[in-house]
Amino acid sequence: MKKIQLIYGIATAALCALVFHLEAQNPKAKNGTFALTHATIETVTKGIISDGTVVISNGKITAVGNNIQPPAGAEVIDCKGLFIYPGMIDGGTNLGLSEIGADPRTQDFNEIGDVIPQMHALTAVNPNAVAIPITRVSGVTTVLAAPQGDLYAGTAALINLHGYTSEQMYAGFQGAVLIFPNTGRRGYFDRRTDDEIKKAADNALKKMSEVWNRAVQYQKIDSATKGNAGYYPEMQALLPVVKGEHPLLIEVNKAKDITAALKWVKDKKVKNVILTGVAEGWRVADDIAKAKIPVITGGILELPVRDYDRYDQAYANAGQMAKAGVKVAIRSGENGNQNFRNLPYHAGFAVAYGMDKMEALKAITIVPAEIFGVADKLGSIETGKTANLFVCDGDPFEPKTQIKQVFIEGWQIPLVSRQTQMYDEFLKREPGVNKR
Amino acid sequence: MKNLILIFVFVLYGSAASAQDKGNVLIKNGTVLTITKGTLPETDVLVKDGKIAQIAKNIAAPQGVRVIDAKGLFVMPGIIDAHSHIALDAINEATSPVTAEVAESDAINPMQINIYRALGGGVTTIHALHGSANAIGGQCQILKLRYGTLDPDALKMEGAPRTIKFALGENPTRVHGGGNNIVPRTRMGVEFVIRKSFSDAKKYAQEWEAYNKNKLVKGFRGAPPVYNLRLETLAEILKGNITIHCHSYRADEIFMLLRVCKDFGIKKIVFQHVNEGFKVAPELAAYGAMASVFSDWWAYKFEVYYSTAYNAAILTRNGVVTSINSDDAEMMRHLYLEAGKTQKYGSLTDEEALALITINPAKQLGVESRIGSLEVGKDADIAIFKNHPLSIYGVPQYTIVDGTVRFDRANDPADMRLMVDPKQNFDEATFFDKGVDHCLDGTEFLFTNDKN
Repeated sequence: MKKIQLIYGIATAALCALVFHLEAQNPKAKNGTFALTHATIETVTKGIISDGTVVISNGKITAVGNNIQPPAGAEVIDCKGLFIYPGMIDGGTNLGLSEIGADPRTQDFNEIGDVIPQMHALTAVNPNAVAIPITRVSGVTTVLAAPQGDLYAGTAALINLHGYTSEQMYAGFQGAVLIFPNTGRRGYFDRRTDDEIKKAADNALKKMSEVWNRAVQYQKIDSATKGNAGYYPEMQALLPVVKGEHPLLIEVNKAKDITAALKWVKDKKVKNVILTGVAEGWRVADDIAKAKIPVITGGILELPVRDYDRYDQAYANAGQMAKAGVKVAIRSGENGNQNFRNLPYHAGFAVAYGMDKMEALKAITIVPAEIFGVADKLGSIETGKTANLFVCDGDPFEPKTQIKQVFIEGWQIPLVSRQTQMYDEFLKREPGVNKR
Repeated sequence: MKNLILIFVFVLYGSAASAQDKGNVLIKNGTVLTITKGTLPETDVLVKDGKIAQIAKNIAAPQGVRVIDAKGLFVMPGIIDAHSHIALDAINEATSPVTAEVAESDAINPMQINIYRALGGGVTTIHALHGSANAIGGQCQILKLRYGTLDPDALKMEGAPRTIKFALGENPTRVHGGGNNIVPRTRMGVEFVIRKSFSDAKKYAQEWEAYNKNKLVKGFRGAPPVYNLRLETLAEILKGNITIHCHSYRADEIFMLLRVCKDFGIKKIVFQHVNEGFKVAPELAAYGAMASVFSDWWAYKFEVYYSTAYNAAILTRNGVVTSINSDDAEMMRHLYLEAGKTQKYGSLTDEEALALITINPAKQLGVESRIGSLEVGKDADIAIFKNHPLSIYGVPQYTIVDGTVRFDRANDPADMRLMVDPKQNFDEATFFDKGVDHCLDGTEFLFTNDKN
């Protein structure tokens, strides 16, 4: 009898261990064919479809519309009462390049040097960064991972937020980052005199131009020598930029600096330019529009940069630029606390303070896709595009809206992050106050 | 807001009373979010002499009282930020691990433009805190955002309880152990510094008590103990006359301070930031300790790496009186959005979410009988929103402090400075880093060789 009890006990223990083991495993993303039915579909580019179906197969959106039969073998997900949106795109982050803000050992976005376009963000993106699941479960499926620093600070890359290598995450865009010399102050602690600021900016401008001139020269030598101009990594990295194949992402914020950047771009005949940051774009919006240069602005939830600015100036900037005819994408700018999940709230605030709601939605979906040259793949719900999308129960700009499904390149993403796991563990902690 | 300019002119001509004007106003036909007594559709709020005099339908406007048409708008109590560093000229007296003797009441700057910007976010009261460089920092000050006065004292909330800043974890250990090579360098040291300070204060208070008793005895010839403002202040904490607001992140250090407080008989304690409060929520609830948290800030340093945006919801569900604060001049302008996030992260109800930025911080500051809800007899601190404040499209239209309209979105000019620095370069612009906590502001000099 004791033997039976023992066997029973061992069996129970083994079963428990097995169950515990299964529960303890992190859920995995799932690939396959899915049909999301009876949803309100915000395609972004082709209007709203009521009671519609989206079919996802092999990583792509294979059908969108009414009266679509789910293909045989598809997993049907009833989305009655729910909404489908294209995955949101944050056009300027350090996601994957920083784990903990105050710990330099965990940061890989700021290499030594100010002429280092050959430093590739894609190389240093950690596919297993804790912030990645935290970001994607909120419907942000794609981000630009960008280096920071001075002048030619490196090359940024667009990544989808699912994959285990940089190759699996790469979303088809790279561009060189240029931090335009800033004549503004970096914070209250920046106690440089006005002269010191001007001198530093002038020197940087000079260097910036010299490097660009050399790159143009290098392109000529490269083409004359049929690619045998020698090993000059900085120049080689700028080659596609000079040719216009890669854009130059110019980070610039103060009005006067934006004007200087527009002039520099014109003087140097830079072919492919994106302005980023652009906090004071509203002051020179007509000039930006005239230059036909697209803008990735943000964060929106910022203070005005001048004491005499209207209190809501930072909230209104994106809408004011859009009204002037500038092509505007919105980024969250939440590098310090890795809160890129707040991207829809930045867009929502732009709306609350004057931006057209549809424009704001486009500013975090199709517009960044267009700016990055990947609008054939990302940014809207259309047949043939990459299946980056999310399902939610309301307006995605509203904080009470819940995300119900996330798909990235056709993979159904588990809605789990370390933050949700801690919620599950600690909402009703065991043991509570008393262990016995 | 024209009032404000008038007030400003008035102040310039030498009157000091204007900032504490107690206004009269009638707010008509708004959706009134009382917080404590439900939501009242199409209801009027009458303010007399800076207090809420009546909440009812169809109140007739008394003669000469300004009427605000709030039809289609939402009327809520002014938002309270339990953790702010605006309106201050000094944040950190980072010269010793214990500086209980200093007080933010000596460093108030009523001219900071951030005060007006906060009004633009519906904020009417802030807890202006000392920084977190020291295990026991300076005394803090509860301020009403009476923007328009040049008198620092006029911002102080009359009769508000006294509070003091404590700080655990990385900040005090980094500043003193790391920067100055003195205890504390570790969380062990932080506990010791606090216990030692309380023990010294206890002894000090006993010595004074004995002296005060003995001196009444005829023929007593002893000298009084040496007066010490630091110990005097700490003794007031032990007597329950000053409330601790403790900067903290990790569960272990939060629990540590609970035990210290228990040992020294300190009953009321409010934890600030308290990112890992959710891990010891049952302990906090059992002690009656309160928590003032960020909605979702994390990852900016190691001790906030294991945070969750569900913190406020877990604490609330475990019965801890919880508020959401900003610690940041920008975030304080949309605390209603931060409160709204608890509906995404933990499905709090509208009332629970709004309580996080109104009545709950009022309880934490000990001023819940004065502010934090719309009730007859309370101070007329009111924010009026277009769209529901928990909606992303909610936009404050008027912010009223003690019955005086101090923010009027439609009528205020863009430039609301009270002081123009004649030496300032007109083209000066400042670009801030996002996601940096401000608890160490003023200590940057200690880390000049440190990238962060």
